[in-house]
Amino acid sequence: MNNTATASKSAAAIDRALAAGRTALVGYLPAGYPDVQTTIDAAVALAENGTDVIEIGIPYSDPVMDGAVIQAATVQALKDGFRVSQVFEIVAGITARCDAAVLVMTYWNPVMRMGVDEFSRRLAEAGGAGLITPDLIPDEAAEWFEASDKYGLDRVFLVAPSSSPERMAMTVKASRGFVYAVSIMGVTGARENVSSAAEQVVKAAHEAGAERVCVGLGVSSAEHVREIGAYAEGAIVGTALVAELGHSGVQALGALAARLSEGTARA
Amino acid sequence: MTQSPDTPAESGNPQEAVDAFLAGSSLRHAPGPYFGAFGGRWMPESLIAALDELEDTFEKAKADPEFIAQVAELNKNYSGRPSLLTEAKRFSQHAGGARIFLKREDLNHTGSHKINNVLGQALLAQRMGKTRIIAETGAGQHGVASATAAALLGLECVVYMGAEDTRRQALNVARMELLGATVVPVTAGSQTLKDAINEALRDWVANVHNTHYLLGTAAGAHPFPALVRYFHEVIGEEARAQILDQTGRLPDAVCACIGGGSNAIGIFHGFLDDRQVALYGFEAGGDGVDTGRHAATITLGRPGVLHGARSYLMQDEDGQTIESHSISAGLDYPGVGPEHSYLADIGRASYEPVTDTEAMDAFRLLCRTEGIIPAIESSHALAGALRVGKRLTEGKDNPQDVIIVVNLSGRGDKDVATAAEWFGLLPQESPEAGIGSEGEQL
Repeated sequence: MNNTATASKSAAAIDRALAAGRTALVGYLPAGYPDVQTTIDAAVALAENGTDVIEIGIPYSDPVMDGAVIQAATVQALKDGFRVSQVFEIVAGITARCDAAVLVMTYWNPVMRMGVDEFSRRLAEAGGAGLITPDLIPDEAAEWFEASDKYGLDRVFLVAPSSSPERMAMTVKASRGFVYAVSIMGVTGARENVSSAAEQVVKAAHEAGAERVCVGLGVSSAEHVREIGAYAEGAIVGTALVAELGHSGVQALGALAARLSEGTARA
Repeated sequence: MTQSPDTPAESGNPQEAVDAFLAGSSLRHAPGPYFGAFGGRWMPESLIAALDELEDTFEKAKADPEFIAQVAELNKNYSGRPSLLTEAKRFSQHAGGARIFLKREDLNHTGSHKINNVLGQALLAQRMGKTRIIAETGAGQHGVASATAAALLGLECVVYMGAEDTRRQALNVARMELLGATVVPVTAGSQTLKDAINEALRDWVANVHNTHYLLGTAAGAHPFPALVRYFHEVIGEEARAQILDQTGRLPDAVCACIGGGSNAIGIFHGFLDDRQVALYGFEAGGDGVDTGRHAATITLGRPGVLHGARSYLMQDEDGQTIESHSISAGLDYPGVGPEHSYLADIGRASYEPVTDTEAMDAFRLLCRTEGIIPAIESSHALAGALRVGKRLTEGKDNPQDVIIVVNLSGRGDKDVATAAEWFGLLPQESPEAGIGSEGEQL
C-alpha cells in the first residue's frame, strides 16, 4: 500500500473525513442511469450530502458480482445506448463540480478492449482517482500496475472473507487508495444486517498492513455505516442509492445520502 | 497463484509458446493456468479460494490410483466406455471418397460426451466434501448430465437455464426434474447460456462453502479448462488406439465441433503430438459469418475476458459481449475455451465456421447413409469432415487413402423437433410444429 496519501485522491478524501472525525462514506452509481447528465447530477448530490468518494460503475453485459437492483439499472443503461467512453465525460462532469474523489468501478473486459493504457490516460485526464476492479485480481493485473503507476491512479482491489492470509497480504500490498473489503460471500444488494464476517476481513486487512479499508456489499443504512465505522475507515453504499435514484430521483437521493452520513460520526 | 504484485503472474508469452511448439515441445497435458496468451483467472477474489481448493483436489486426485480406478469403473460400467469407432462407408462417398470414421460419443449414457466430465467433477465435489452441485445449461444436455451424476452420487443439484430455454426445452427441464434436480429459469440479461453461467457464478459466490460449480465446458477460470479436458481426454486416447487398430495408421485429420470446446479438446488431445494429423474445429456459422448471426468465436472474435478466462470472444467495440446465434444450442456461446485459442494462434489446429444449413444437410445425410441420427452440434463436425475430405482427396488417385476421424459428440434424439421443423416434416398445427421452431429441441 502506498503510504504517500497525497499521491492518492481516494486516500486523501478518506483522510479528510477521518481528520474531521467521520467515517468515509463511499457511494456507488451506475454510469448512464437513467442518463449521463443525471448520473453527474446525482453524484454531485451525493457529494453535497456527505459522500467522500464517488464510485461510478460502467454498465457491462455480464456483471457477475452484481445483484438484481444494480443489474436492472445497468441493463437499462445499456439498452438506452450507454457507451464506455461516456464514463470519462461523467467523471469530468463530477470532478468539475465537487471535490469528492471519483473512482470508476468496472469489470475488466471493457478496459482491456479499449486498451489499459488508453483507458487509464483518459480516466486521469478526466480527473478520475482510479479503478475498482471486481473481476481483476492482482495476479492478472500486470498491465494495470504499469498504467496506474504511469498515470497516478488508485488500484482498489477486493478482499473477501475467503481470502487466504497469503492472498490478503498480496492484495493489500497491490492496492493503492484503499482496500475494498467484501462483507459477505455474495453479490451486491441491500441486506438487513451487515455480516459479522466484515469485521474479520477488515481486521485481517489491517493486520496485513492496509491503512484504509472500506466495507461494501449489503450496506444500506446509517446504522450500518455507524457499525462499520467502529472497525473500518469507510463504508460503501450502492444498491440502496441506485434503488432510491431509480424510484425517487436526484433530490431524494441527496436526502438519503444525508441520512446515511448521519452514521459517519466516529465515537 | 500467490505471486506478489512485484512479479505478476506470467501472462503468457505468445512468441515463446510458438517457439516451443516449433521446437517440438509436447502440447499434451498443458496444466494451465495459461495456454500461451490465454487462460488465467479473471475472477472475483471471493471465488479464488474455491478455485484453489478445486485445483488442489484435482491435482491430488489425478495422482491417486483409487480416484483413477473410480473414474475408469464408472466410465466402463455406467457410461458404457469405450465408445465405438464406426467406419461410415456410405457417408464417406460424399467426402470425395476419403474414409470417415465416427467416434461414437453418442452411444454414451445420457447420449453425449458430457457424461465424462460430469462424473469426474461430481467425484471431485465429493472429495471436497461438497454436498451440492450447480450447473449451467443451454439446451439442457449438460444440465441433464449434471442431474444424472448428482442422482448417481447422492448430491443436491441446481441447474441454471435461460428462461426462454426452459420454455423451449420443456422436456429437458422435465428430464432434469425427473432426475431430482431443481431447474432455475434465469431472467437476467439476455436470458441465454452466458447469463445462466453468470447466475451460476452468483450462486457459487454465495454458497461456495457447500457447493461445487460443475462447469460444462473446457472454458472458464483455471483450473476448469485443464480439468474438463482431463476428463474428456479418454475420447482421444480411445480414438487413437481404435484407428490404429482398424487401419494400421494414424488419420490425416480429426474433426470436431466447437462451442466452448470440450468434446474437441478431448479428442484433439490424443493427437496433439502427432504433428502429421491435422486438427479441425468447426464453429457454428449460424446464418453465415457475414450476417452477424453466428457463434464463430475464433473465426471472427478477438481476445477478451469472459467467465474467468482470456480467450477469443465475440464482443463489440466497447467490450460488451455480443449474443451468439446458432441452430445448435450446444454451440450457441460467444466465448471459447482458452486452449483452443492457443492452438489456433500457434497453428496446431484450424478453426472454420459451418452454417446452420451445411450442418443440417450433413445431419440428414448421416441419417440416410448410416442410420445414425446425430446431434445438431456434432453435425457441424460432420459437415466439416465432408469439406475436409473433398479438400484432401482433390486430385488424388486413391482417395480412400485419406482417413478422417470425426467426433460424433452426441446423438440427435433431442433434436428431432428442430430437424422435423427444418425439413418441413411436421403436419400443420401439430403441437410439435409449435415447439420445433428456431433451434428448439425436444
